[in-house]
Amino acid sequence: MDTASRAPAGRTAAGPPRRGRPGLHPAVRYLGGRVITALVSLLAVMVTSFFLFRVLPGDPVAALTQGRAVSVDQLEAMRRDFGLDQPLPQQFLDYCLGMLTLDFGMSYEYRVPVSELIAERIGPTLLLAGTGTVLAAMLGLALGTRAGWRRGSLMDRVDTGLALTLWSVPSFWLGLLLIVLLASGAGLFPTSGMSTPGVEGAFNVALDVAHHMVLPVATMVAVVYAQYMMIMRSSVLDEKGADYLTTARAKGLRDAAVLRRHAVPNALLPTVTLIFLNLGRVVSGVILIETVFAWPGLGSLFYSGLRVPDLPIVQALFVVFAGSVIVMNLLADLVYPLLDPRVRT
Amino acid sequence: MSRAALVWTRRRRALAGYARAFAGNRGGMAGLAVLVLIALTALSAPLFIDDAALSLTGAEGGRFQPPGPDYPLGTDAFGRSVLDLVVWGTRISLTVGFLAAFVSVALGTLIGVVAGHFGGWTGNVLMRVTDWFAVLPALVMAVALAAVMTRSTLTIIIAIGVTAWPTTARVVRAQTLAVEARPFIERARALGGGHAHVMLRHVLPNVMPVVLAQTTLLVAEAILMEATLAFLGLGDPGTISWGGIIQEARNAGAISSGIWWYMVPPGIAIAVVALSFTMCGRALEGVLNPRLRERP
Repeated sequence: MDTASRAPAGRTAAGPPRRGRPGLHPAVRYLGGRVITALVSLLAVMVTSFFLFRVLPGDPVAALTQGRAVSVDQLEAMRRDFGLDQPLPQQFLDYCLGMLTLDFGMSYEYRVPVSELIAERIGPTLLLAGTGTVLAAMLGLALGTRAGWRRGSLMDRVDTGLALTLWSVPSFWLGLLLIVLLASGAGLFPTSGMSTPGVEGAFNVALDVAHHMVLPVATMVAVVYAQYMMIMRSSVLDEKGADYLTTARAKGLRDAAVLRRHAVPNALLPTVTLIFLNLGRVVSGVILIETVFAWPGLGSLFYSGLRVPDLPIVQALFVVFAGSVIVMNLLADLVYPLLDPRVRT
Repeated sequence: MSRAALVWTRRRRALAGYARAFAGNRGGMAGLAVLVLIALTALSAPLFIDDAALSLTGAEGGRFQPPGPDYPLGTDAFGRSVLDLVVWGTRISLTVGFLAAFVSVALGTLIGVVAGHFGGWTGNVLMRVTDWFAVLPALVMAVALAAVMTRSTLTIIIAIGVTAWPTTARVVRAQTLAVEARPFIERARALGGGHAHVMLRHVLPNVMPVVLAQTTLLVAEAILMEATLAFLGLGDPGTISWGGIIQEARNAGAISSGIWWYMVPPGIAIAVVALSFTMCGRALEGVLNPRLRERP
């Protein structure tokens, strides 16, 4: 939409800035706008996290301990630990100051600062989510390009059908199924965790972790790649009728070259944004897959925090998960002009 | 012919056209057939499954009985027939799926139409809020909502409904903008139609087709989300749901001891229902959304 609104003004591009505040370079305005939006979103996440767990049910301690035998003393202790005996504005102020200094409070269960727990667990999560996303994106983009280019062929129908089926399968169930079939059944892979105790040497440890990663990553790729594939497929379809492809063919390029050199680069542009916009699904996948495979990352920490219940952990991870998606989206916005000259003005 | 009769003939003709186009989509028809079958099963379930067979103490089967003539899909940790449980779980899955999709579609349509109609400052703020919700990981948000409210089916419906609306809002807003650019809206305004009149009588009927397709797709998502929340232990402990059965199977150690019949059927049920709704939704979308009609 930016390009469309600016296109007619392009004739006067050599003149002074066309509209808006004079003196600000358009690129600065673009970047500034995105950064401010992201900051407001982050602030909104923090405020939501605070009020969601405190104000909504009236009493978070009662809500989070429902269905468990808890004594009155324990309830009082929990309230004091969370600072819930303080007036609400004071709580909010403490919470905001804490967030700014990455102090998320003490975990109720582990009795250590939540920030320490997160620092400890973030590595495995990044390893799992990163590997899974990269593999899923590569697979999805390749299959999507193929399916879109040969639309309506048998291959397109098989690929699309398979992608939709895998999209409909609950990720946690797929993980459990893989465990039953390949881990506890055939004994090919470990059923849970990230490493076997007692393995020595850097190479052996890496091999051991890789062995543990096979099933979680496979589950993740299976449930995530479908959306990349469908996005890429419709993106290729959009480009297919474009005039520049006819030109490329008229030049005598072979079909494969037309696809690789002309269609794919253009189809990739909208796909990149959409991939980042859909990162929320990766986060959901990570939570469930880590829970199923007992992977020692943030997702399983979130799940165990819910079970205990450990308010500081759940609250901090809510901010971390939502915040990471916002930050990734900001990155996508910042990288996009480098990829697409049309946005650069 | 009176005006009303004219309108109805036109609508009937349009509907017949849509139905023909839908019938031409094999995937959509297959999905619809499966859904009708499943809906009938869910409705008639109380006729052939009695409460005793589903209670933890009243079931007659042995613990973890493998599939056999008495129990086609074996029994669970409490001696209940897994087949009965899966059939019964259809009821809660479909209920939650439909209601949650309805809540989120209603919310999304309201926000989308208002944002598209008013535009300017109001529309901008509404779309910013929509963007914010769209970016948030839906599962994290739904889990947080479900965790702080009382454990009940209503909670699940609210948690899903409140998190799943942004896609609808975006689609509806785009459609609203397209409709409002057409001359008959200007005519309605010139004749003195107010905001409410334009939105309710002119914009809403024209965005309804898109909304219908969106609802069908959202039901699939809502069913998956319901199963996920139940699996995470956030469902109503008193009801039997597919996600809940899988959670019970996991807690009972069915995964490590290879009791596949406890956990495989509910998962397949979820996948079949979600896939059917997705197929129907995509077919509907293709028929009703002019932007997605067959490209050359």
